[in-house]
Amino acid sequence: MPTIIKVLQSQVGRKLMTGITGIALMLFLVVHLAGNYAIFASAEAFNIYTQKLESLGILLYIAEAGLLFFILYHSYLGISIWLGKRKARSSGYEVYKSRGGASRQNLASRSMILSGITILVFLVVHIWSFKFGETEMIMSADGEPMRDLRQLVIDSFTTWYIALGYIVVLSLIMLHLFHGAWSAFTSLGVTNKNNTHAFRLGAYVFVIVLLLGFIFIPVYIFVTGGTGSLIAY
Amino acid sequence: MSTNMTIHLRYWRQSGPTTKGYFEDRTLSTVNEHMSFLEMLDVLNEELQLEGKDPVEFDYDCREGICGSCNLVINGQAHGPKKGTACCQLHMRNYSDGDHITIEPPRASAFPVIKDLVVDRSAFDRIIEAGGYVSVKTGSAQEANARPISKNDADLAFDYAACIGCGACVAACPNASASLFTSAKISHLSHLPQGDVERNNRVVAMVEQMEEEGFGDCSNFGECEAVCPKEISIAAIADMRRDYVRAVLQG
Repeated sequence: MPTIIKVLQSQVGRKLMTGITGIALMLFLVVHLAGNYAIFASAEAFNIYTQKLESLGILLYIAEAGLLFFILYHSYLGISIWLGKRKARSSGYEVYKSRGGASRQNLASRSMILSGITILVFLVVHIWSFKFGETEMIMSADGEPMRDLRQLVIDSFTTWYIALGYIVVLSLIMLHLFHGAWSAFTSLGVTNKNNTHAFRLGAYVFVIVLLLGFIFIPVYIFVTGGTGSLIAY
Repeated sequence: MSTNMTIHLRYWRQSGPTTKGYFEDRTLSTVNEHMSFLEMLDVLNEELQLEGKDPVEFDYDCREGICGSCNLVINGQAHGPKKGTACCQLHMRNYSDGDHITIEPPRASAFPVIKDLVVDRSAFDRIIEAGGYVSVKTGSAQEANARPISKNDADLAFDYAACIGCGACVAACPNASASLFTSAKISHLSHLPQGDVERNNRVVAMVEQMEEEGFGDCSNFGECEAVCPKEISIAAIADMRRDYVRAVLQG
């Protein structure tokens, strides 16, 4: 039997790892979305939530390192698959057309590399502004200073180009998942002839719910100018 | 009565594996709607030969969709526009008078052009040689019910065994991946008791060989399933991955 390195480098292994890291990142998105909704809970809830996260210390570092590893591994595999196709078809077709029918070639599946790279760039900006960005310091209930990330969110999303950019990138993530969410399960070999449709349908529902969930926040904050009744003061 | 159609053809010419290819245009004015696509090419070649020119080389054998020899990419689609159809079964009635048709060989680095529209598909043979067989004592055939096989497995194996190895999956795949071919050849054996003995070695060896031949990665585009003349599902590819993991875990 092949060594573990050989397995991971094989086409099947690469696909498996793309699927595993992809599913892990999708689960992270769900957790991230749930956290985002703390902004509607109470005036303090969002800051307490972020404060709690940051006070996890070593646990947080482990989680962050894990996430970073998943993102980098997933990106590496995606980019190398994209580069590999040039090698596998050194001279292309003059005319190329999808047959349709069973084919899953669509805007989402053909633009995985573009949506993927855009997401990578967004992640850098996103982490730069929310994890390391400057915020006002406020007093927490027990007298500790904490970052006012809630205000940063409101300030960001009341700025039209940030709100718009966020919505565009989130839509691109969902476009990526439109192919990726069901494809991951085919990569893991979970799908078969009978359940593929169920997986695909489930994936589309998941993507739409996630998309609506994510973009509701910037839309709401922008439309209400940050003073909507859902955002408790 | 059928009337003659005029068809504008544009086809790939390449005199040898190492020479540079080019497109040649030619208009046929005597195409009959009852002709198969390959018969239309026969007419083209007759005209060319009468003019003392080289005929256009293309692969064919049975001309009834069971041998897997023909593998033309017609207007950008492997085997042309019809579902579950090899290009030898495609008839000119699917085209109209004055249509333009571009014919290309399957484009993949692992399928080098031999001449014109003929490519070397021996990469597929080497994938089969790597493990796509069962080692059994031959002799007189066993009684058919001596080894019980569930209907489910028998049906699945049969679906995958329908692969004729034409290479349309590779031709149509945006990544030029041979995953559908390889997985069909793996899975049609691994579901049967006769193929179970060599199951683990088979999947690892064939996946390895597929890469060695220079086929691309699979991105689950599903284009292969759409063009497959035998309509083999990409469920075969998921099956191959499951089988591969099973082999690795069992050591």
